[in-house]
Amino acid sequence: MTDTAAPGIPFANIGSRSRPKHSHTSRLPALTERLADASKQKLRTVQEYFSLAGKSLRFAFVRPFYAQDLVQQMDEIGVKSLGIVLLTGFFTGMVLALQSSVQMRAFGATMYIGRLVSASMIRELGPVLAGLMVAGRVGSGIAAQLGSMRVTEQIDALNTLGTDPIKKLVTPRVLAALIMLPILTIINDFVGIFGGSIISSVLVGVPTGYYWRTVWEQIAGDGFVLRYVPTDFVQGLVKPFVFGGIISITACYFGINTTGGTEGVGQSTTRTVVLSSILILVVDYFLTQILLSVLGS
Amino acid sequence: MMDDVRDPGERANPPAAPPEGPSPAPADDRGADRRQEGRRASERRPTSIRRAIREELAEEPTDEYFSEVHPQEFRAVPVIELDHVYLAFERPILEDVSLEARKGETICLVGESGTGKSTTLKLILRLLVPDRGKVCIHGEDITDLTFEQALEARQNMGMVFQSAALFDSMSVFENVAYPLREHTALDEDEIEERVREKLAFVDLDPDQVMQQLPSQLSGGMRKRVGIARGMANNPEIMLYDEPTSGLDPLSTGTITRLIMKLQRELDVTSVVVSHDIRSVFRMATRVAVLNQRRIVFFGTPEEMASSDDRYIRDFLGGS
Repeated sequence: MTDTAAPGIPFANIGSRSRPKHSHTSRLPALTERLADASKQKLRTVQEYFSLAGKSLRFAFVRPFYAQDLVQQMDEIGVKSLGIVLLTGFFTGMVLALQSSVQMRAFGATMYIGRLVSASMIRELGPVLAGLMVAGRVGSGIAAQLGSMRVTEQIDALNTLGTDPIKKLVTPRVLAALIMLPILTIINDFVGIFGGSIISSVLVGVPTGYYWRTVWEQIAGDGFVLRYVPTDFVQGLVKPFVFGGIISITACYFGINTTGGTEGVGQSTTRTVVLSSILILVVDYFLTQILLSVLGS
Repeated sequence: MMDDVRDPGERANPPAAPPEGPSPAPADDRGADRRQEGRRASERRPTSIRRAIREELAEEPTDEYFSEVHPQEFRAVPVIELDHVYLAFERPILEDVSLEARKGETICLVGESGTGKSTTLKLILRLLVPDRGKVCIHGEDITDLTFEQALEARQNMGMVFQSAALFDSMSVFENVAYPLREHTALDEDEIEERVREKLAFVDLDPDQVMQQLPSQLSGGMRKRVGIARGMANNPEIMLYDEPTSGLDPLSTGTITRLIMKLQRELDVTSVVVSHDIRSVFRMATRVAVLNQRRIVFFGTPEEMASSDDRYIRDFLGGS
């Protein structure tokens, strides 16, 4: 390995005199080489990302189990995110009812606000909003914590103490996110629909009982999976499960691969929030397509 | 055991003294004298540093001392062995590095920054795998181990990091207890007993520090907790990455003395990466000097002090 030219320094052994300064023939291979290196690097990143995901899930079934860490992370990811999720869910439900009432009044369809709010919250807004909120709050926290552990050699210390850092640090966080995000989403859905009911009854004039009946009609109207689970719920719970995985694995990936001291920790945190948010929105579209084709509308 | 523990900065007992029991008064007087000498030595011009080092060597445990303690093992058994190791990432890091540490030895790795000293420790820990060459622990090549086997192999090693690398979300007790909880079947009482013993060994009051968080400790105390955590599992090998960097002279003396004590009382084989040449001469049985990715000197501190090699002489700070 010592004999090979250092990557990223193409033509390192070619004298500058023998190479014309602005020659296209010499710049082209350098450009393609650089592109090839960059794409290899990206592919390696994707491979490492999925490898981390696979390992973290596999370690959930391999001793030792870090149950205490799992509970701690469930508290960190779930319980401590409750406030932000309640707040966003409640106001989203309210604004949804308010906006739709304006449009629906034109058609005399304000009685169907409950259906619209519940369908929107359960199928889309609940999972996506909970995902984005958790990505911002928890994803950044995980990336910063693991990044700090990396730059202060604590992850190396785990390794030297005979502990697999993925098993100890990543698996509990991924499991906790997979468990807690659907729960947070259910709460978010409920609070959103409840917020909608307040606006419907106070500002739009829809009776509360009628509102909740239309909500139930919407939930039950699309049928059930396994006889008892409403189809809407399946859609609404598969998504946060996937989003939980995206957030936790992205955060752990950037966290444990942090380099460059405290500045690197900041970069990891930013990358985690940006990539998680983008992935949530992109994956949401494809998941919706798949779920609609599997479960029907 | 605690009788052997002195105030920070005080020198360790000379090798001939019994390891336990109160030290006789003359030794204390001598310690005071030597502290005076130490001060004088630090005030000297760099050109006379080598003379000061020779004076240190006259009173510190040396090759002969360890050969008496381990008459056969010391001479015969390489506990750690690097055999013609090459390593490169984007550029070469180590080239043809060969090195061995026999049972009970303290090998000090010195050299300029960026010459691959810490990388050598990572190779011994099998956190890195060489491109060529072998790294053997007790004669067994560890370069071919799987990740899980490497984790198991590391349980026999203790590592003290430059930054101590204590888990900042855990208390001192939990930090030291961590390897015990991970790899032993000890119950909580036994773990607490072991943690107290290790903290006392590194000259810390267990009752005072056990419940504190690492952020509440001074740099020297954090390093000592790091040593306690490293030795919690009673490893045969201890590795230190610049254990005295960033410490005041008194704390440096304490850490140096602890490393020597660990070697003397627990028969531990150690590899110490250090820039502190004075500490190196106090604790090393052999010194390896890394320069330009290669080991340019590997020998006893006496040999190093008397070396005519230009680089070694420059490194020691005088002619």
